Amino acid sequence: MELTRRDAVAALGALGAAGGAALAAAKAGDSRAEAPDLADETTTRASMAAVATVLYPTAVDGVDSFVDEFLDGRLDGSAHAEGLRAAVAELDEAARAWHGAPVADLSEADRDRLLREIGADVADEDPEGTTAERVRYYVVNELLLALYASPTGGELVGIENPQGHPGGAQSYQRGPR
Amino acid sequence: MSGGPIDRTPVSDADVCVVGAGPAGALVADRLAADRDVVVLDAGPRFDPADRLARQERAIRPSYGRPDVWDVGGERDAHANSGERVYPLNHARVKGIGGSTLHWQGMVMRLHEADFNSETERGVGEDWPIEYADLRPYYAAAERELGVAGASDNPYAPPREEPHPMPAFEPSYSDSLFAEACEELEIDMHSVPNARNSEAYDGRSACVGYGTCQPVCPAGAKYDATVHIERAETAGATVIDRAPVQRLEHAGDRVTAAVYATPDGETHRQTADAFVVACGGVETPRLLLLSASDAYPDGLANSSGTVGKFFMDHLFAGAGGTLDEPTRQNHVGFYTSACDQFYDEADESLAPFKLEFFNYAGPSPVEQALTGEDWGDALLDRLRDGYGTHVAMGGLVEQLPRSDSYVTLDPDRTDDHGNPVPEIHWSVGDRALRTIERANEIQREILETLGADVEWVAGPDATGPAYHHMGTTRMSADPDDGVVDADCRTHDLDNCWIASSSVFPTGGAMNPTLTIAALALRVADDIDDRLSAA
Repeated sequence: MELTRRDAVAALGALGAAGGAALAAAKAGDSRAEAPDLADETTTRASMAAVATVLYPTAVDGVDSFVDEFLDGRLDGSAHAEGLRAAVAELDEAARAWHGAPVADLSEADRDRLLREIGADVADEDPEGTTAERVRYYVVNELLLALYASPTGGELVGIENPQGHPGGAQSYQRGPR
Repeated sequence: MSGGPIDRTPVSDADVCVVGAGPAGALVADRLAADRDVVVLDAGPRFDPADRLARQERAIRPSYGRPDVWDVGGERDAHANSGERVYPLNHARVKGIGGSTLHWQGMVMRLHEADFNSETERGVGEDWPIEYADLRPYYAAAERELGVAGASDNPYAPPREEPHPMPAFEPSYSDSLFAEACEELEIDMHSVPNARNSEAYDGRSACVGYGTCQPVCPAGAKYDATVHIERAETAGATVIDRAPVQRLEHAGDRVTAAVYATPDGETHRQTADAFVVACGGVETPRLLLLSASDAYPDGLANSSGTVGKFFMDHLFAGAGGTLDEPTRQNHVGFYTSACDQFYDEADESLAPFKLEFFNYAGPSPVEQALTGEDWGDALLDRLRDGYGTHVAMGGLVEQLPRSDSYVTLDPDRTDDHGNPVPEIHWSVGDRALRTIERANEIQREILETLGADVEWVAGPDATGPAYHHMGTTRMSADPDDGVVDADCRTHDLDNCWIASSSVFPTGGAMNPTLTIAALALRVADDIDDRLSAA
């Protein structure tokens, strides 16, 4: 099933650009003692697309362009964007330390292993938590949210108007196809 | 949002001061703003409409609890529980411009005629000092104000004089499955009124199916009270956010000022000719209790001793399970069919109750995707296994007013301004618990006839509140029995009204907001008449 530009736009339509954590960040201010390292835009996009190929089911195509277009709306200079780039920087640093290459250059099996080694599989997401919790929030769940709030992601499961997607007030009336 | 400093100083020569910018306060303010100088004070912030998608994201993501969606919690919202059941107050309210309509479900039924005469008709509870007929024109006006999508296909609904402002939402696919079982059991299904646009209405769009109605509608298709606050401001009202009222001051039998705090640490006095307390079923009695004086040592307007007493909510009764066929759930976040057939069978031993046929049974795949240790094909397999065949029913049950269910002040804990926090002492009686069992019986019968494998039942032990706070400043003809009179004006103070579900002597089993809205419009008319007469 092909992920399209419509899916990326729809995912952004569901989530917007700011991100849920941005509200808290704006309210609390930045109390960190020092600014975290941020991945540059190229690294962020390449890393997120590489991770998405692990997280997304094999039934979907067009992952690279979907992630790229989705990130067009999420890497907008907001507090959420900064958290995302910081989490990617930490993941990339771990990839280099443990596997000798950036995330985007690892094999799919090594990317899967990296995510589990850093603890993102068992961590509960938390935008202000440990590295594992932040990778879960800003990388893993960011990408899963983008997919499963989109029409194509929803249709994979059997719901063409998933929660978060403004897919109209007709589909709930229709029976199974 | 404007970049300059916000002026939160009092309005001089105000006619009406409204405390609380939820639906009751907003409707009063809007109705009076064209001809009166109105000021509205609210404890919470003015939320930026541009943040609604981010708040929706919070509603979906697992790291945020329900209170986080609208920034509820912290010292400002501290509270205590002392009753037999824990009351999750901060899940049940939003403070800010729009109030709890920002997170509500948006269901808007009229109370039944017998609900106004519970003691006479059912032998328990209290009679209201007004009848359904007194509120009937205001119900119709409230439906127009909120924008209600509904139909006249409910044979059990009280009489109405005109169609709803918008057509009802069409039944869901799963409603059609339930209909077969209900027909076999001779149980009637009918449409349900929604304060949600089934078509464009009042400058707001039709529902676009975000599916997160409760706790946030990014489209604005679900009514919330920012609609009337904005309209009131356009008509000239002044709305001051982040201005928690600390106490009401009085001289003799008249309230003279609302003393409020502002974020800069200042305290101000807003004077007015008339005051409307519209802070919901918990903060309304709290404010009166915090306003105790030498003349009213037990709390302002509390000569009857009933301020804070008779705290009520509706109790949830539900059941659900799975079928061996697709049920098409979680496309929208509201329900489209209900059953009021058993409502007016209420008597001394059984309470009124209504039944709801859910369109959001079982897990939402998006939310499921964000938890668990799997991804890729394994995650997709789990989501497919978890979604698609769920069905569920809900229902609301009346609880009676009880002297052992109340809101008071906690003497041991204070909020961010040093005021004692509310203490909730919530107790539920046997009549309500018996009625939950009765509702469960019918729900189980319907589900089993449908062929469902019943997997859960929310009965008397698992029930919870519907977040409808009622009863804590009740309406009474006799000043010894309640806080406000039939006009919702306090018995004790000539220029103080209460617009809130806190004035309900009994709660019925219908969602309260349409009744809150109708009473608020009636309060506005009474204030207007009395100010004109003065």
